[in-house]
Amino acid sequence: MSVIASIRARDVAELPGKRDEDWRWTDLRGLIREAPEPSRPYSGDLPAGPFAGLAAEEVVIANGEGGAHVDVLPAQTRRLALRFVSQGDGGHAARASIAVEAGGTLVLLESYEGQGGYLGHAGLAISVGTGATLERIVLADDSGDGVTVSQAEVHLEPGARFVQTVLTSGARRQRLETHVRHPGGHAELRLDGVYLLSGKRHADLTTVVTHEGLDGATTQLAKGVVRDQARGVFQGRIVVAEGADRTDARMGHHALILSDRAEVDAKPELEIYADDVACAHGNTVGALDDEALFYARQRGIPEAEARALLTEAFVGEVIDRIGDEAARDVARAWVAGRLAGEG
Amino acid sequence: MLSVSNLHAAVDGKEILKGLSLEVPAGEVHAIMGPNGAGKSTLSYVLTGRDGYEVTEGSATLDGEDLLSLEPEERAAKGVFLSFQYPLEIPGVPALTFVRTALNAQRRARGEPEVTAPEFLKLVRARAGELKIDFDMLKRALNVGFSGGEKKRMEILQMAILQPRFLILDETDSGLDIDALKIVADGVNALRGPDRGMLVITHYQRLLDYIKPDRVHVLAGGRIVASGGPELALQLEREGYDRYARAA
Ligand SMILES: Nc1ncnc2c1ncn2[C@@H]1O[C@H](COP(=O)(O)OP(=O)(O)O)[C@@H](O)[C@H]1O
Ligand SMILES: [Mg+2]
Repeated sequence: MSVIASIRARDVAELPGKRDEDWRWTDLRGLIREAPEPSRPYSGDLPAGPFAGLAAEEVVIANGEGGAHVDVLPAQTRRLALRFVSQGDGGHAARASIAVEAGGTLVLLESYEGQGGYLGHAGLAISVGTGATLERIVLADDSGDGVTVSQAEVHLEPGARFVQTVLTSGARRQRLETHVRHPGGHAELRLDGVYLLSGKRHADLTTVVTHEGLDGATTQLAKGVVRDQARGVFQGRIVVAEGADRTDARMGHHALILSDRAEVDAKPELEIYADDVACAHGNTVGALDDEALFYARQRGIPEAEARALLTEAFVGEVIDRIGDEAARDVARAWVAGRLAGEG
Repeated sequence: MLSVSNLHAAVDGKEILKGLSLEVPAGEVHAIMGPNGAGKSTLSYVLTGRDGYEVTEGSATLDGEDLLSLEPEERAAKGVFLSFQYPLEIPGVPALTFVRTALNAQRRARGEPEVTAPEFLKLVRARAGELKIDFDMLKRALNVGFSGGEKKRMEILQMAILQPRFLILDETDSGLDIDALKIVADGVNALRGPDRGMLVITHYQRLLDYIKPDRVHVLAGGRIVASGGPELALQLEREGYDRYARAA
């Protein structure tokens, strides 16, 4: 079952669907009845991306054309904007590989942008060496008619640092998936996410972390706000393999549902096969706190403004964890814009 | 100023206020005392428009203007301020941001210009100093992790900044030690003036040693069952509420 194979072979039977346990909330098989034609090359001028001006290097992969092979050498510090752009109603798949060698530093500003009813796939292979740092910030502003699947395979060396924040407004159907092999050895991993969904949009944040060695740390905080008939999916799995002792894993997922017809499906999973592991997880799905809302209104803040203030603060906890200051500002502005009903 | 007449209100279909009448003229401070469960907090929520508190009969006006048909934020902009018995925690919103948002929202609603950031900071620094509130605390999320006493002082700070015309203090003394009580009372007394009215809700007369009321009312069984001068508070302190609880 693979989205890439389905796009390449133009065979909808290859699409994952609700019979696949990991895809039961993001059913592509049931959604896409007919395999799309291959996408035509991107035409027209490319608009500026959401991280314009923040990175010296920019790589654009438009309708599956183009590719990225980025190798950050030891002691290099780089900033890269990586843009997956989709246009039209066709199908396309693209691959990128990013390696940060021992001691290197990369800020990866990745975006998904699109117009049309496309089916797009992005596959990323990421590796982070000993003493290297990769901060990956993903901003997915897909078309409401598009279907996007992004799958990243991340390989960490001991002593590596990989921190990620995925921000999405969803799509007709969208899945942003990250798999991490964690070697322990004081490698540090953070996998954060924010989904802000309205209309009939759907976003699925799926992460799988496998701790394979001693002394690994993972922290994860995902927050979502869904309104209208939107649907958010969070699947976070942390596996601590036998022998991966002294692992420290913390996972939190919290969602606000702002309408009766919106939905959030969450499956936080900690599978522990090692002894001596520090683990914590929390998962809450609920409405805005009525009492806090009344308190703010009693002080004179109009209801809509009070709701926006409290909702922004709710999401702000994740934004505050973004290390790169310029990207954090972009993220904060994006959140404020989405919550104010832009786009 | 505040005029409440034959007010009936229900929560979850259960009638809590049963014909409450009260007049607080401008420039006066009135105390409301009463046993637990008498409906004191209910009165404060009904006057400020909290959802779920359903008025079934009667009226409440401020300077002749109906309060009960207004949204909570509209009442706030008219100058009604409630110091909550249990102030809420607002995660993720620094106290400074919250108060500035509130002040500017009220000013906009009244057609006044917003305060600039430097003006606001100057104002907050002065008021926080008077209330012995550490300025750094105001950078933290409002009331999150604050002690009971700190929360009450934050209520008074907001009051000092928002400068409301009609103040309702719901058990502002609870959780305060004597030093904090004096600071809070000074903050409240500083706001006394010919154009302001205050309703001080308390269970104990101790607070009234510091905030001297013009009138004292006993609230029991959802009604004002007795009214008098400051001496009534002392009498209640000696004799308790038994007599009124029975009468109600
Ligand atoms: N939200 C509520 N839901 C149900 N009952 C309530 C609620 N708030 C207050 N009550 C009831 O209303 C009565 C008055 O409560 P309250 O106004 O808090 O009294 P006081 O402040 O005088 O102690 C009590 O019997 C209480 O149980
Ligand atoms: Mg009370």
